[in-house]
Amino acid sequence: MSQEPNRKEKTGSQDRWEPRIVAFFCNWCTYTAADLAGVSRLKHAPNARIIRVMCSGRVDPQFVLDAFARGADGVLVGGCHPGDCHYQEGNYKALRRFQLFKRILHEMGIDQARFRLEWISASEGEKVKLVVNDMVERVRALGPLELPSRFREWDSELKTSAEAENVEREEVAAHVG
Amino acid sequence: MSDKPKIAFYWCASCGGCEESVVDLAEDILMVLDAVDIVFWPVALDFKKKDVEAMPDGSILVSLVNGALRTSEQEEMVQLMRRKSQILVAYGSCAHLGGIPGLANQFDREQILKYVYEEAPTVENPQGIRPQLEHRENGRTTTLPEFWKMVRSLDQVVEVDYYLPGCPPTPKLLKEALLTLLSGKLPAKGSVLAPDIALCEDCPRKDSKPTDLKITEFKRPLWTDVDAEKCLLAQGIVCMGPATRGGCEALCVRGNMPCTGCFGPTSRVKDQGAKILSSVCSSVDANTEHEIDRILSGIPDPVGTFYRYGLAASLLRRKLGVRDDVVEVK
Repeated sequence: MSQEPNRKEKTGSQDRWEPRIVAFFCNWCTYTAADLAGVSRLKHAPNARIIRVMCSGRVDPQFVLDAFARGADGVLVGGCHPGDCHYQEGNYKALRRFQLFKRILHEMGIDQARFRLEWISASEGEKVKLVVNDMVERVRALGPLELPSRFREWDSELKTSAEAENVEREEVAAHVG
Repeated sequence: MSDKPKIAFYWCASCGGCEESVVDLAEDILMVLDAVDIVFWPVALDFKKKDVEAMPDGSILVSLVNGALRTSEQEEMVQLMRRKSQILVAYGSCAHLGGIPGLANQFDREQILKYVYEEAPTVENPQGIRPQLEHRENGRTTTLPEFWKMVRSLDQVVEVDYYLPGCPPTPKLLKEALLTLLSGKLPAKGSVLAPDIALCEDCPRKDSKPTDLKITEFKRPLWTDVDAEKCLLAQGIVCMGPATRGGCEALCVRGNMPCTGCFGPTSRVKDQGAKILSSVCSSVDANTEHEIDRILSGIPDPVGTFYRYGLAASLLRRKLGVRDDVVEVK
């Protein structure tokens, strides 16, 4: 079982936590669908930060881990339906990768609802709305992932804080393959 | 003592293989001894911590530290080595990326202590006695280092100048690294002192790697009659070559075993496990979830396979939500 929401609820806090979802949408289908949802004035939760990529096959699993490591509570990847990929089989590659990637997330204690791969075609604005809303609600139920806070908490057992150095390293490491 | 440059070796959570690789320099070690004085090397020489403390700060030219870090004592020692050294080198996979000990980051501290002191088949401890950080007897106090929640790579604890990768690094790379550092022509800080190319480039089986790899079944080397000439991935054996740095001269592949990734990633890759997963899985020859899962079930332990040496230095660093991972909700 995934066991990640092991957190102390802070009581009396005024500002309510909102899930942060990073969404990688493919240029040809899902991003166009998100655009359609916009021009059709469909209302959906504002929690998804959409990043346009050329293909769901371009989404390196490193991007997903990096999003979590920088504070995302959930990551959504949207691509064309099987058989519809603009590049023939990019979405199949994404599917193959993320089937195993989900097992790794599970073993590393990240709840499977925090990561989702969806096929949404250019005409499915309504589906963007449904998927985003549903994911936000599921992640909200799980609570914050807060990896940056966890990293700080973990390193508090060090006598000399490596935090100052970490900031520096992060800048150097900003480039992802 | 002479005015030759001073060199030190230290070990943290390691198996001793890295120390062995220094001895594997064979007669070249005489060349090293001609050029430098070894001022600290717990495995071989009788200098003590107080001898290092007595040295002026920055008086050691190069310290090579191997092993991962898991205790407060190791932190104290590497801080000391850092202070006394001009150049600190993370030597070997454990210091570089956490190494094999980093796989312990899949478990919490209590799970590990309970197993080691109570449950292991060779342990007889009915009262469940555990080591304590401090013990007083007859007015005297003895202390033990604290066992941390997780394993860390060297650069997660102190600033590191260079990395020598490998489990262990090859004598050839060690020799080249020492010559480079002694020459004074220093590479860019933070460099990994090995070629920045994937192992596949070095691989004697390179030509048999198909451009369009299609994996229909994953096989484990111990249950397989492995073809000694053909690309291992093309035989369905998980080989970390595409996402691992070269420089080892493909030792394992020449021994008819797949690369397990000990040299870590190239400079373009941030998370070695995710990268090799990406490469291997995209070659799975199936398009439906069911069929993909069936083929991927041939990889029973993806974390242990893809993060064999790199879990502690990976983007997630450790398993989340275990007993000692409690986070305040903002």
